[in-house]
This record gives sequence, structure tokens and C-alpha cells, in this order.
Amino acid sequence: MTLRWDVLAAILGMALATYLCRAGGYAILRASRPPRFVQAMLNHLPGCIFVAFLAPALARGGPDIWVASLVTLAVQVAFRKLALAILAGVGSVWALQALA
Amino acid sequence: METFSRAGWWRGCRAALAITLGLSPFGLVIGVISASKGLSLLEALLMSGLTFAGSAQLVVLQLWAEPAPILAATLACLVVNLRMAPMGAALAPALDRIRGWRLWFTLAWLVDNGFAMFVAEMRAGRRDVAFVLGAGMGMWVNWMTMVTLGHSLGAAVELRPGHPIFFAAVATMLAILVPIWRGRGDLAPWAASALAAVAAHGLGLGAPWPVLVGAFTGAGLGAWQDLRREARA
Repeated sequence: MTLRWDVLAAILGMALATYLCRAGGYAILRASRPPRFVQAMLNHLPGCIFVAFLAPALARGGPDIWVASLVTLAVQVAFRKLALAILAGVGSVWALQALA
Repeated sequence: METFSRAGWWRGCRAALAITLGLSPFGLVIGVISASKGLSLLEALLMSGLTFAGSAQLVVLQLWAEPAPILAATLACLVVNLRMAPMGAALAPALDRIRGWRLWFTLAWLVDNGFAMFVAEMRAGRRDVAFVLGAGMGMWVNWMTMVTLGHSLGAAVELRPGHPIFFAAVATMLAILVPIWRGRGDLAPWAASALAAVAAHGLGLGAPWPVLVGAFTGAGLGAWQDLRREARA
């Protein structure tokens, strides 16, 4: 049960940043309506964040990662169950590695 | 009409309980990856308990380094959780009716699922903000339990790098993308985001810059598209 100071500092930074997003949004957006462009950007941000995060990881990965990614997407599209999609993806990587 | 009642809190709690099965894998993944990155159980629980934002934690854990990347972790949370800012604003019709600690404390428990469920409540004519608190707290208990389980699992089995279990992080984000997809209009922003992120990564920029560059490039293009379409209409 260790707690390192640098880890604690990172955690406090994360917590503070996240609370600012939760509460700051209401505090600011209730006082003034942001420009249309900013509102439109906020709508697009969630998807773009995940894509930006995934793209380098997928570009680096090999065929087993690409196949498993397609399986994950297909299962999520078909069943809309997060747990099932994650399991199918991990299972695919495991099966492909075992076959190789 | 109730603005902040015990009954509303319980309604939120029960709503959170109803989606336990859907929530659990995410916490499990965070727990396993926390252990693999060398976080102690106490550190993993503090991070999960205080931040309480799964996708942001997932991003932070992927860019985790020695010593802890304080600035990168904070920035990543700021960017990934920026999506919560408009949520608070969308709940204004209900939030405007409460004040003081109730308001600012409840906002700390705002999560995607709680937001979505409370929007449904508001559409049904209920504006009891305690619902958001109850839902948040219910999900928090599940979150902490699953992170503990995942961390114990990750610590018990020595997992080599490249183990299939680590694909869970990528799989989680891929699966999250599916309900976020709104149609063909997302294609260009998402492609721009991917290209910019890969380019930034290729230029040797470290975390969290590829994510930041990609996200803002893509969202900027999307906003520009939207405004141009509105101007034409």
C-alpha cells in the first residue's frame, strides 16, 4: 500500500481538471453562451478524442490487432453490449496469437 | 415539485444499479491496467475515486510513465473531460433550482450515464437533482469495487507486455465509438483527427500531444463543416 508523492500529485491534478470540467461548464455556460463555433466543436470533441487516441495505437499494431479491432466493432454494432465487445476483442487477439 | 429529495436520490441509486452489468467491465479494465503500470491498490483507488472518469483514466494510464507524468495526466483529463462541460449546461433547467453546496457537490458526481438518465427524467417532467447525486454515487460504488477486483487480478497474475488482456483498453475505446457515431457527417472530422494524431506521433511528439492535436484538428473541421452547412440552409 504505497502512495508516492509524484503519483499523488498526478492524481490531484487529474481530479482538479475533471472537477473543473464538471462544474466549470455549468458555471461558465450558464453565465454566457459561447460562440457557435465553440459549441459545435464541443459536440465533435468526444468522437475525435477517441479516434485520435486509437489511430497511433492501431497504426503501430499488426494484423492481429486490426482483425481484433474489426471484431470488437462488429460485436458492438450487432449487440450494443460493451462487455461483450471487449471480451470478443481480447478473445480475438488471444486466439490469433495462439494460432501464430 | 421536488428539487432535492431523498426519494430522488434513491431513484438515481436504483437507476445506477440497473446498469451494473454494463458498467462493470470498464472498472475491471482500469483496475488491471493500473496494476500493470505499477500503481498500488491505494493509488489506483485514489485515482478512480477522485477522478471518477473512466475514459480519461484510460487515456492517462496509456501515457503513464516513470516518474508520474503530472502535467500530461492533468492535461489529458482536461481535454477528455471537456465533453462534460456542455452536460452541466444542458441540465441548467434543473440545476438552476438548487444552490450552495448541493449544487457544487452534485456536479462532482456528473458522469455520462447519469447525465443521459437524468435527461430522460427531465423529459418525463421530473427535475429532482438528487437523482444525479444518487446515480453518481451508485455508479461510484460499482466503479471502486470493479477497480479493486481488476487490480487484484492484475497483481495476482504476472502479465507480460503484449498480453491479449491489454487489448481491452483499445477494445473499450473502439466500442465506445459506436454509439458516438452520428452518421456520415462524422467521417471527415474523424479521419482528420486520426491523420493529425498519427502525424503528430510520427513527428516524435510524446503524450498527450498526438491526442490533443488530433482531437482539436478533427473537432475544428467538424465545427467548420457544421457552420458552413447552417450558413447555406
